[in-house]
Amino acid sequence: MLLKRLTETNGISGNEKAVRNLIIEEIKDYVDDIKVDKIGNVIAYKKGSIESPRVMVAAHMDEVGLIVSKIEKSGLIRFMPVGGLDKRVLVSKPVVIGEDKIPGVIGAKPIHLQKGPERSKALSYQQLYIDIGASSEEQAKSNVKIGDYIAFDSKYVEFGKDLVKAKALDDRVGCSMLIDLLKSETNISIYGVFTVMEEVGLVGAGPAAFEIDPDIGIVLEGTTCSDVPDVDNHLTATKLGAGPAVSLMDRTTIFNKKLRNTIVNLAEENDIPYQFRRTTFGGNDSGKIHLAKEGAITATLSVPCRYIHSPISVMNKNDYKNTGKLLKLLIAEIEKGGLM
Amino acid sequence: MEFNGKLLKKLVDTYSPSGNEERIKDVITEEIKGLVDEIKVDALGNLIARKKGNGKKIMIAGHMDQIGLMITDIDDKGFLRFTNVGGISPHISLNQRVIFENGTVGIIHVEHIEDMSKMKLDKMFIDIGATNKDEAEKKVNIGDVCVYHTEYYENENRVMTKCLDDRVGCFIMIEALKKMQDTDNDVYMVFTVQEEVGLRGAKTSAYGINPDIGIAIDVTGTGDTPKARRMAVSLDKGTAIKVKDRSIMVHPKVKKLMADVAKENNIKHQFEVLEYGGTDSGAIHLTREGVPSGVISIPTRYIHSSSEVASKEDINNSIELLIKIIEKNIEL
Repeated sequence: MLLKRLTETNGISGNEKAVRNLIIEEIKDYVDDIKVDKIGNVIAYKKGSIESPRVMVAAHMDEVGLIVSKIEKSGLIRFMPVGGLDKRVLVSKPVVIGEDKIPGVIGAKPIHLQKGPERSKALSYQQLYIDIGASSEEQAKSNVKIGDYIAFDSKYVEFGKDLVKAKALDDRVGCSMLIDLLKSETNISIYGVFTVMEEVGLVGAGPAAFEIDPDIGIVLEGTTCSDVPDVDNHLTATKLGAGPAVSLMDRTTIFNKKLRNTIVNLAEENDIPYQFRRTTFGGNDSGKIHLAKEGAITATLSVPCRYIHSPISVMNKNDYKNTGKLLKLLIAEIEKGGLM
Repeated sequence: MEFNGKLLKKLVDTYSPSGNEERIKDVITEEIKGLVDEIKVDALGNLIARKKGNGKKIMIAGHMDQIGLMITDIDDKGFLRFTNVGGISPHISLNQRVIFENGTVGIIHVEHIEDMSKMKLDKMFIDIGATNKDEAEKKVNIGDVCVYHTEYYENENRVMTKCLDDRVGCFIMIEALKKMQDTDNDVYMVFTVQEEVGLRGAKTSAYGINPDIGIAIDVTGTGDTPKARRMAVSLDKGTAIKVKDRSIMVHPKVKKLMADVAKENNIKHQFEVLEYGGTDSGAIHLTREGVPSGVISIPTRYIHSSSEVASKEDINNSIELLIKIIEKNIEL
């Protein structure tokens, strides 16, 4: 399954090569042009049969992770985060380091040696290390270098009723839906863009949008889902199984109302469940796309993912399918015109 | 110069939170359509009016949007939860009346909390007088945005109203268009969108226009109220020529141009150093290869509250300064 392969491939921000190669392999027979731009984005062009506004559909290839910052005399590895991570989830997690995927585990001082105040606070990055089984600096250095990327070692597993657990659902779900769109028949031309370094500040989307200069931007995401006990309804961003999340606003974009209403109407007319993304923190590639050159109208469709930005995220397969369906309906609607 | 309070009232009474600027765009278009050569609206909704000329390309920017509150949830009893669109203070919002685009009025209140200093927007709600969710949903949807709802008031010295920020900038630009004489300069009057959420409309419109010089017209704070934060700007001391804020160091030649024009024409003015905040010129001056930019500021008390206060004389001085700059044969 494509989503399994995508999530089990590592692509920490700035090191998206393996994911990029996999994507290019998947789409190359279905698009008219593929290029990798200077910053590393994949820009695929699928030529349509009719005139249409310039449509850019974007998903980011990168995922949050860690990077090696120091190798201790003891052979233990110190690291820094790449992208937004909850450091409380790190301890005891298995990881793989560098291209050779050296296995390791994130360790810390055991609880019985932690002093009172240490126990009540989240462990800081200074208190965490990765154990790769090396007994000296020299031994560690034969496998690992400073600057090596560290990814969570986490398998794709289907469980429960229609649920999936995997790492990097943010945003391999978007990549997977975009690949699927590019493989399908469409009448309008589409720029499918797989961006780099979204998690460290929407870095890739700006240059890609500057080059493409779209009229309409559609961003595909995995987004935060906080449907857990003790959270008031109005602070619950999205709910698992309640359908594609349509963004209203976030830190980087106020999403175009007309485009948003079009999406909502399409969902209602076609009996596709949908929900609004109710919280407004965070941002995504739309922040750069809608402000490129003379501007564009944008929308974001997301698959809700619990425990996002951690080694394990969870999604509902129906949400994923419905988001893909809604995306295709939107593309067909753009074909009819009237959105600009 | 007579103060056109009727127009200012019409502008501030028009609903226009960031991302929902359609109504104010229509009102302004109606006011200026006979005064310019070209009007266009870009992808984000900026209203770009051009008065053609062969001289320097000048972009004047005033933002059409105002801060607001976006609905994120409707509960079973019909209470609305919200988030901020732009700089909304929980303390200023408590007990304010708000109004939606369709005229629905509500009142903002807060859950019971012991320590009011801990009051945050996510503890607050809007009561629109609905008795249950169904009734509320007939009037308001998730994603709708409301704005503070207060009456416009003016006396012989002052105007007191919501969203002087930045309807007063739009007002000054419209009045300048009405009163200015023909000029060689190629003048773009840009009524921008989404300034309050990060100078967004100015960024895309400036890219399209690629101006030689940029001037934003916007409000600035003052230090003239009891035990105020120190700031050398006061009401009634004239239009304020910006030196810097958090978004820009004003280009020295633009600052000098403004000061020279003010002096030549005996326009009462003061200089402004703002330690917080920013304006559209922050986005304009970083466009493409860079654009020398400045700001004509209107000293305003209680910015981002439901009743902002400015001096009618300062506003008239700002109109005067803008007209004289536009009419001048600019050499930078």
